Amino acid sequence: MSITIENLNKQFGSYKALDNINLEVNSGELLALLGPSGCGKTSLLRIIGGLELADSGKLLFHGEDVEQRDARERNVGFVFQHYALFRHMSVFENVAFGLRVKPKKERHNEAEIKRRVHELLNLVQLDWLHDRYPAQLSGGQRQRIALARALAVEPKILLLDEPFGALDAQVRKELRRWLRRLHDELHITSIFVTHDQEEALEVADRVVVMNKGKIEQIGTPDEVYAAPATPFVYQFIGNVNLFHSRDHAPWTQQHGDAVAYVRPHDIEISQLAQDNTSLPVEVKLVRAIGSIVRVEVAVDGSSEFIEIELSRERFDTAPLTNGDKAFIRPRQFRVFETGVQNELSAA
Amino acid sequence: MSTRSVQRKISTHESLGVTLLLIGVALSYLLLFLGLPLATVFVEAFKKGWELYLSALMEPDAWAAIKLTLIAAGIAVPANLVFGVAAAWAIAKFEFKGKSLLITLIDLPFAVSPVVSGLVYVLLFGAQGWFGHWLQAHDIRLIFAVPGIVLATIFVTFPFIARELIPLMQSQGKEEEEAAVSLGASGWQTFWRVTLPNIKWGLLYGVILCNARAMGEFGAVSVVSGHIRGLTNTMPLHVEILYNEYNFVAAFAVASLLALLALLTLVIKSLVEWQAKRSGEPLH
Repeated sequence: MSITIENLNKQFGSYKALDNINLEVNSGELLALLGPSGCGKTSLLRIIGGLELADSGKLLFHGEDVEQRDARERNVGFVFQHYALFRHMSVFENVAFGLRVKPKKERHNEAEIKRRVHELLNLVQLDWLHDRYPAQLSGGQRQRIALARALAVEPKILLLDEPFGALDAQVRKELRRWLRRLHDELHITSIFVTHDQEEALEVADRVVVMNKGKIEQIGTPDEVYAAPATPFVYQFIGNVNLFHSRDHAPWTQQHGDAVAYVRPHDIEISQLAQDNTSLPVEVKLVRAIGSIVRVEVAVDGSSEFIEIELSRERFDTAPLTNGDKAFIRPRQFRVFETGVQNELSAA
Repeated sequence: MSTRSVQRKISTHESLGVTLLLIGVALSYLLLFLGLPLATVFVEAFKKGWELYLSALMEPDAWAAIKLTLIAAGIAVPANLVFGVAAAWAIAKFEFKGKSLLITLIDLPFAVSPVVSGLVYVLLFGAQGWFGHWLQAHDIRLIFAVPGIVLATIFVTFPFIARELIPLMQSQGKEEEEAAVSLGASGWQTFWRVTLPNIKWGLLYGVILCNARAMGEFGAVSVVSGHIRGLTNTMPLHVEILYNEYNFVAAFAVASLLALLALLTLVIKSLVEWQAKRSGEPLH
């Protein structure tokens, strides 16, 4: 089921949580709402789920206005950051809840409920825990049960609020791959909220980057990473070095106040100057991290550090050590005028 | 290592004599102010033997007082149960204007002297009161009658259940309710299947405290009751009347019933606390 959001606004007191949001979610896609905390992503998710009301704007499911529909009538599955499992019910009863509260004429008989619950528990690979209570489960298990519970009512839309936020790094990685596989099996239109860019880029079909109640960019993970639309996206997704026009005029290639954004892996470093855009630097720190080598350099006459990432292979062809003099040159960068957003690209 | 040495230092800090003295003071304080009065009640009640004790309780006026106390508590506790749960639910799960005012209002009976609250009812519903005329014209008696006693009891015991539930429900948050609603549950289903089971121990605890106070209330009830024997006397009031008549055995016999009730309340309270702890659901 597709979701259409038009000119949506939400205000909490004097704080504008959502500022004129327009968004189209395609049927069957897995979309990430990515942004720092307080950017409005959770508010947007809760409005879609009917747990919160927008002040103005339109919300359509498959072309149908659902603004007036209660959360219970929206047929939306919601997975909460802290799971929100019913603490006094067993795992089985948690998953069965949505089936048991159906109106009498729609309700399945006990045998059918049992069959469905076990099917869902098998889907999340936790059937063996069916008689445990939430307090007896690990975080990752609770989150999978919460997901099974949400899926029990066969929602047309699945909303996940920081689904892996409260889990430790290892479980997190495992679970997000698992979620991706699950989504590929079920094809439910899904939106998940996250502040973790790696998570968004790895799991989602498309990423919506939000900041201060506004959408900064919508695009595939590759697009938002390789072609950030705004300085915010550049800084939020991946590491980036900033070169201000005051200090590095040749790089910004324009008059006025501007900043060049360059990814660490888009900087070439060599012992010889290649042309007039090369900057003389001193190598301050070389760190090999797995398959990449991270080099920190300081531009001559400046105390700012610039981060450069090289593949290990490339590094080995021209090794550097602390204190070496070298030259750097951007392979690719983007210039944003301070104030006005103006993009210029050089290859 | 550090905690051990600190402990040792603390435990050897006070000499044996001081330790014994402190324990002795604490124990005699407890005995003097809690144990002795309780014992006195039973000693005095049974002073003239079993027969007199029983006959004092079987006496019609005493029996009427017991019945009235049970009626007052039987109405006040369920009423405050409903209002308390409703108020706690509203305060803990929703945001609305005037919320802090409501919380303050709920605390009012704790802050006001029971005698004053009784007096307020007299001023409102008594013969010379604001609504006295209207009530008399419609032949409704509230003051110096059973309804007044029930009203005063409800007022005095109002905060017990709400106060018990508000912090509990606030700490539980509303995510579980939101989850229930998103799974298709109605408000009613959410309350019965999610909210109520989560607060059951705290609620029971509040009911026990509320009941203890409802049966033991003296001040407010005394003002509105009129002390009509066999009609508007509750157990605490009856104890006072008997005592003023120098009928000590009967006074202490009825008082012993109240004391037994208190002991029973404590036992149930401990059971509830123990059960709640065992099921892993905190009361507060």
